[in-house]
Amino acid sequence: MSVSYLDQTDAVRERFARLQQREVILEVQGLGKTYDSHQGPVTALKDVNFKTHRREFVCVIGPSGCGKSTLIRILAGLEAHTSGQVLLDGQPVNGPGKDRGMVFQGYTLFPWLTVKKNVMFGLEMNNTGKNEAEAQARQWLELVGLTKFAEAYPHQLSGGMKQRVAIARALANQPRILLMDEPFGALDAQTRAKMQAHLLEIWRNIDITILFITHDLDEAIYLADRILVLKAHPGEVQELIEVPVPRPRSPLQFGSPEFLATKARLEALIHPASDASVHDEEDDVVPQVIRMTDVHDNVE
Amino acid sequence: MSATGWFAVRAPLSPRRKLILGIASFLLPLLLWSAVSYLPFLWHPQVLVTQVGDVDYLEPGMRVDRSVFAEEVASMQAAGQTPPVGEPANPVYLPAPHEVARAFYTAFTTEPEQKDAPWLHESLWHSMTIIFWGFVVSSLIGVPLGIVCGTYSAIARVHEPFIEFFRYLPAPAFGALAVAILGIHDGPKIAIIVIGTFFQQVLVIANTTRKLEFGLLEAALTLGTKRLRLITRVVVPGILPDLYRDQRVLLGWAWTYLIVAELIGTSSGITFFITQQARYQHFDNVYAAIAMIGIIGLGIDLLLAWLGRHLFPWDRSQGKH
Repeated sequence: MSVSYLDQTDAVRERFARLQQREVILEVQGLGKTYDSHQGPVTALKDVNFKTHRREFVCVIGPSGCGKSTLIRILAGLEAHTSGQVLLDGQPVNGPGKDRGMVFQGYTLFPWLTVKKNVMFGLEMNNTGKNEAEAQARQWLELVGLTKFAEAYPHQLSGGMKQRVAIARALANQPRILLMDEPFGALDAQTRAKMQAHLLEIWRNIDITILFITHDLDEAIYLADRILVLKAHPGEVQELIEVPVPRPRSPLQFGSPEFLATKARLEALIHPASDASVHDEEDDVVPQVIRMTDVHDNVE
Repeated sequence: MSATGWFAVRAPLSPRRKLILGIASFLLPLLLWSAVSYLPFLWHPQVLVTQVGDVDYLEPGMRVDRSVFAEEVASMQAAGQTPPVGEPANPVYLPAPHEVARAFYTAFTTEPEQKDAPWLHESLWHSMTIIFWGFVVSSLIGVPLGIVCGTYSAIARVHEPFIEFFRYLPAPAFGALAVAILGIHDGPKIAIIVIGTFFQQVLVIANTTRKLEFGLLEAALTLGTKRLRLITRVVVPGILPDLYRDQRVLLGWAWTYLIVAELIGTSSGITFFITQQARYQHFDNVYAAIAMIGIIGLGIDLLLAWLGRHLFPWDRSQGKH
């Protein structure tokens, strides 16, 4: 019996139906981005359309060069788009703002501030009183389990802890949407697995919508309600997949038929099998290794 | 060459080795100086006359070239007269270490030769106030301008090309102009220090500001940071340890303009002392005064470095400088 990624159990189908009923937080309409390079204009993104609903978890995935980082940076207001528009709660966004929190792959914690003051930073920038900001920061640090490290400086923390501080710092502003740009990409496999589970716990317990960029297929399926699959040159939406894996998620589901079917579909979209014509000069072609030794006691 | 030997590439040094090598860096030149001064067979191109003999133009304490002295001795012996007696000596402009060391003390206790001339400690203090005000005036404008240039490309573009041009103009070239505008006392001296420091300062600090990780600015923007606060709350604290290091280097820079600055208008400060002592051929005092400038400069720098380690507990690059 083969399972398709399109097969949904009744529970999953009902969940998606309820999700659709919720208000739209972010709406991207005909979004495009071209920039000038030495070889003439390059289209980084072309006609991207999608909506995210309140408390939805959307992952964006695609091959390198598909413009997924450009997309999230436009949503954060850090880069300008050249066509279409981005609506947050129906209002067009131009430029960065506290209504869209961002977590970067490179942590970007302020090294001169303690963990607690990093979390307070956004609150103070938005004119929350010092005592109030401190009280709120303590709550967010408790949420990410770093109360003990409130007075530590970022360089004293491990990568996973730094990223938890970054999440707390972004959430402290109570943004409408949390944008995460490959946040766990620099972490080792074990820490990354822990952080994924931790992020799902946070998402379950607070009212937050998440847009999460990744190039890790397992990560996308494990975390997302829906996965936006982009293709490269130009960056276009290839498919928007509803993940059929039921919630609550656990690592045990990695081998489940729905999980594997979804992964097979993603692989087919992102790495079309033996399609030589797709390979362009940017792809790394691994050469055959030539024997350069005359040692004969091969251990293999 | 092992990983821990004296020639291990870029290896961190143990505190003991650091101390030994640090002392050696001062001891080696001192040793060289002592060797040239105390070993008569090294250099000593002159003879210090102790007994004039029958040579009428010699006086005790005079220094003459070794060849001239040998000729005189030979001619006196040939004529059957008393030859002069002397010992090998270095030229008067190279006093021995112990003479300079003694001058360190006596220079402070000796009354100035001219009646209204300042004592050495007054001269030194005057020099330090010139440096201080020159550096403060330069920093008051140079540091904010450098930070703004490093943050906004448009502001950098409208300032930096001209500053790049101006920094090649030698500061002393403005000496006469400074005297014409600011008089002959401290004004033009401070102006020379400012001209010598300011233009480098803007460029150095703009560069340091540009090296701030851009991601920190982006993170601050997504947290709702606006305009001026981006500079006061992110840029300035972000570059502060590096800015502090830059300022230390630039302060050293300001010191190098001191002598030239003090020669402008009425000679003053330590420069006045040095030129006066050189005129009286008190070269031991000259060396002592030059060494004092070095000691004060190094002392201030060490003090600032020590202070910096306590000011910026988050700075991971500290201790390397």
